[in-house]
Amino acid sequence: MTQTSPDALLTVQALTKRFGGLVALDQLELEMYRGEIIGLIGPNGSGKTTFFNVITGLYGADGGNVRFGGADITRSTPQAVYHAGISRTFQRSRLSLPLSIFDNIMIGNHKRLSQGVWFNIMRRGAFRAEFAASFEEARALVEVFDAPLADRMLEPVGGLPMIDRRRIEICRALISRPKLLLLDEPSAGMTHDETKQLMDDILEIRDRIQELSIVIVEHEMGVIERITDRCIVLNFGRKIADGTFAMIAADKQVQEAYLGLQ
Amino acid sequence: MTGKSKTSVASILPGAVTLVLATVYLIVLLRVENQATILALLGVGIAAVVMANWLGWFASVGQSFGEREGPLGLLAVGLAVVVAGYFHGDHFVLLLLCTVLLYTLATLGLNLQFGFAGVLNFAGASFFGIGAYTAAVLNEHTSIPHLFVLLIGGGMAALIGSLLLLPVLRTRGHYAAVVTIAFALLFKTFLEVNDLLGGPQGLQVKSMVLFGWSFNNNIEIGSLELSFYFAYFIASVLLLVGAFILVRRLERSWIGLNLDALRLDETAAQCFGLNIVRWKVTAFLLGNFLIGVAGTLQGFVTGFVQPNSYTFADSLIFVSILLLGGIGNPWGVAVATIIVVIVPEKLQVIQEYRFLLFSSLVIMVLLFRPDGLLPRSVRNYFPGWRP
Ligand SMILES: Nc1ncnc2c1ncn2[C@@H]1O[C@H](COP(=O)(O)OP(=O)(O)O)[C@@H](O)[C@H]1O
Ligand SMILES: [Mg+2]
Repeated sequence: MTQTSPDALLTVQALTKRFGGLVALDQLELEMYRGEIIGLIGPNGSGKTTFFNVITGLYGADGGNVRFGGADITRSTPQAVYHAGISRTFQRSRLSLPLSIFDNIMIGNHKRLSQGVWFNIMRRGAFRAEFAASFEEARALVEVFDAPLADRMLEPVGGLPMIDRRRIEICRALISRPKLLLLDEPSAGMTHDETKQLMDDILEIRDRIQELSIVIVEHEMGVIERITDRCIVLNFGRKIADGTFAMIAADKQVQEAYLGLQ
Repeated sequence: MTGKSKTSVASILPGAVTLVLATVYLIVLLRVENQATILALLGVGIAAVVMANWLGWFASVGQSFGEREGPLGLLAVGLAVVVAGYFHGDHFVLLLLCTVLLYTLATLGLNLQFGFAGVLNFAGASFFGIGAYTAAVLNEHTSIPHLFVLLIGGGMAALIGSLLLLPVLRTRGHYAAVVTIAFALLFKTFLEVNDLLGGPQGLQVKSMVLFGWSFNNNIEIGSLELSFYFAYFIASVLLLVGAFILVRRLERSWIGLNLDALRLDETAAQCFGLNIVRWKVTAFLLGNFLIGVAGTLQGFVTGFVQPNSYTFADSLIFVSILLLGGIGNPWGVAVATIIVVIVPEKLQVIQEYRFLLFSSLVIMVLLFRPDGLLPRSVRNYFPGWRP
């Protein structure tokens, strides 16, 4: 599965982020290829979430640059990053609980929906067609993760268990067909079996959407070994290893910094 | 298919029955003058609502309105006309009904701002007043057709409201509320010291003329004589229906979704491409436009405008209507307006204490039913239709 295409999708150079005196990202270097699945690992507080936040434009970088598909997105707004084809989930689930499953997924579909005021209010026939098509698409996507859930599209998310919320958050990130998907601990709070099931679903999606690249933050090493092509290990904001799971698992520095801590 | 249409037919009944009962109750309440009887009637009303709630009746009513809103809306309009027809010669009651309709319309605007976009506006009455003063001034000094005056009144409210855009956008949460409060206080003072606008005494508003028809004359149909307020009542109904449809369609579209998304989680919304500024501005201006249109017509209806009618306290009335009815639910807004406008008019003992009463009522609702009397339900883009 590794590196089916040699051209880089994401290139990160000397990326640095500081919070006061704390260096959360320290001269980070990374090259990622189309279709790759990268595992981003490291102890708590090592800068994994900060990396996602800087890439997606929520935090401004203090140094270095990020190129995506050839364009510099270091100073881009979160909106522009999304439009460029990067979408994400959040470590602490950020769904809109009073809204329905469908609504939550449509929030992620923003760029593919008609946003004109006149269209939305006056052209209800055309709107209905767009609604019906989007509904079918969202339903089919949810069905990949959990068939029964696909029959409850108009129920509020607030009433669902954590595992379903995680699934919906991933659907929200996938519906716009991004080129790069950033998953921040998608299996947090799930049982071992639930995690395995979720990862199978993610792999199935990746097989369907060609060239989808994924960066996944995950603590369970079995999962990382099974689904990733390559791993990046962070410690105190610095990259301490970069290679296949077998390589980083054998790495002394990694064992000391990370595996030893468990 | 037959099964589906059957359930839909069955589900319209609870809503329709409730509307008819409420109408009968309203007519009786509006007719009775004796204070003790009114008090007893209100007691009966509250008991009936509590009882119905306890029996689970409102769940089916909610379903009914959820699936068959169109026909029920038509019925509600028809019943409103019945009430107005019943009191056709009674200036006082018709004026009261106009006030209910126009306050509902204004609160729909507030609902767009706060209920959907989460932008607090404690200057609702000021924007209402801007509409009314626009009517007074344009009517006195120009011959612009009154249909356009309505639009200009709304436009003025939106335009002057845009002065508040920067602070409203730049600040999150309560600070924006403080800015609108300051505006409300300044606005009244501005009116009071401005001699061109009549100072504290205010201005007269000449009556409305639409399509050559002067709203000043009582209407005679055969031997039946209708109060001149009847025409204003019809105009108010038409405006409210238009605004209701507009707000509903907005809610049931991607725009309504955008507004919910940015209210509930601005950060997540940003990460999915939503232009926060664009949609907050849209909601704020459109909301003020609706408030302004309502105020313009209210200016025509009452025939005069004065600073004391558009105070901060009046803005609080709008906000309490919204909190009471159920933030985000236009039907809730209508019900709450009926309560807030009609009860103090009928029950003179509480006139002086009405602010105290409303605030306690709002606090009670916030404590025990935080989503309001009629909470908003999950978005249903096309009621009664699924893809
Ligand atoms: N918004 C913030 N303000 C200040 N410090 C932060 C902020 N976000 C993260 N940090 C700090 O940056 C470091 C990296 O955090 P984070 O990226 O969340 O780590 P991880 O996701 O790997 O557990 C931590 O020490 C954390 O306390
Ligand atoms: Mg983290």
